Amino acid sequence: MDKEIEQGYNEILESLRKRSLWILHYCTGCGAIELPPTMTSRYDMGRFGIVPFVTPRQSDILIVTGYVNIKTLRRIITSYEQMLDPKYVIGFGSCSINGGIYWDSHSVIKKLDSYMPVDLYIAGCMPRPEAIIHSFKHLMELIDTGKADGYRRYKENYDFYRKNQRKVLGKWR
Amino acid sequence: MVEKILLAVLVPLFAFLVGIFLEGFKRKMVARIQRRYGPPLIQPLLDIIKLLSKKDNISHGLMFDLGPVIALSGSILTVFFIPTPGFKLLSASGDLVALLYIMVIGSLGMALGAGESGNPNASIGIARALTLMLGYDLPFVIALSTVILKFDTTNLYEIVAAQSDLYWGAFLMPITAVVAFIATYGAMGEHPFEVVVAPQEVATGPMVEYGGKHLGFLMIDHAFHIYIELALFTDLFLGGASNLGYFFLKIFGLHILLTFFDTVYPRFRIENAVRFFWRWPTVFALIGLLIVMIGG
Repeated sequence: MDKEIEQGYNEILESLRKRSLWILHYCTGCGAIELPPTMTSRYDMGRFGIVPFVTPRQSDILIVTGYVNIKTLRRIITSYEQMLDPKYVIGFGSCSINGGIYWDSHSVIKKLDSYMPVDLYIAGCMPRPEAIIHSFKHLMELIDTGKADGYRRYKENYDFYRKNQRKVLGKWR
Repeated sequence: MVEKILLAVLVPLFAFLVGIFLEGFKRKMVARIQRRYGPPLIQPLLDIIKLLSKKDNISHGLMFDLGPVIALSGSILTVFFIPTPGFKLLSASGDLVALLYIMVIGSLGMALGAGESGNPNASIGIARALTLMLGYDLPFVIALSTVILKFDTTNLYEIVAAQSDLYWGAFLMPITAVVAFIATYGAMGEHPFEVVVAPQEVATGPMVEYGGKHLGFLMIDHAFHIYIELALFTDLFLGGASNLGYFFLKIFGLHILLTFFDTVYPRFRIENAVRFFWRWPTVFALIGLLIVMIGG
């Protein structure tokens, strides 16, 4: 009985929580140029309760906008680990899926999912603001059904992610 | 006794609901001015629920945890002292001078808590907050002295009672009312005086290391803060109110006026903000004081 109450409580909480998601306004690649139109008057993501915030401590979503080179990967991982649970990662554009046009580059990582758990990808180069809004709505669905569990996967498979991070970054901390 | 305890719960609840409604309304109104649709009215409440239900919490020490608590309890204490129509709690025993001291507790708690985090942005934010306080407090205190001189009392209830039948402070001493409005505006930290929480410059200043439940407490505190500043101005210059509905309407009107200014202005640099406060509002506050001293 207690478990059912706790489950019901969690369900209500999750349906409220999904209506207030704050983005970490940290731009890693060229895809960041699509975020300002999404925030401002034309597409207005504020109507879903999604607003940009400036520090990792306050934010819920980390959007990895485009390619990630090794130098940036350090900052992204630090920012991600500074965010408080529950936290979500959106891989933005084809570069975060498989490297995109940086496939052969020596300094750009290919698959973001090996270094940090990605909850959701947006395909395209560039994804338009409509696609971003669509992805937010999809993320809300995932949160509602409890499928957006990247932060849990990161804790469970920490050794795996750590090993992959070490492979490209060396012993960096 | 039971009545007192009930009031001690109801008065902060009223203050919180008014504050949270005004915050939500402001976001909607700013959105409409910028030709957006805007978030729903209850968005601040959803934000607070989200923040309080965060699973992680990061602490940087004891004072870091206590800071938001001190800020919130200071705000709630201030709410007890402000005359609210229908509720008579502590407001009869305190006066304007005591209120001025209690109002600082909130900012002090936040400064202590943010200082513990060790983030340079937080330190800059606190320095800015205290400097700005130095700026707006000078005209504000002169304006309050004018009010005290005019009504010949420091008791808030008597000041409200003296303003019945449209003998509002704003009509009796218009210059002082305008100065107090500007000072209140500065105390609320809206544009162009939004130098403390400047996300583009110091990454939300004192709140930079706060997240999760800490930030939730600070957001509740912010809702109280909006209510306190506007309710104090309403009591001093708009004649209080005979019931809660009128009281709310007066606060609401003031807040709409504030939001118009907030939407169109950019941000001062900190030294410009202090220079502004020490120049025009102070001069006009002194003129208002002179008028009251000569004219009675």
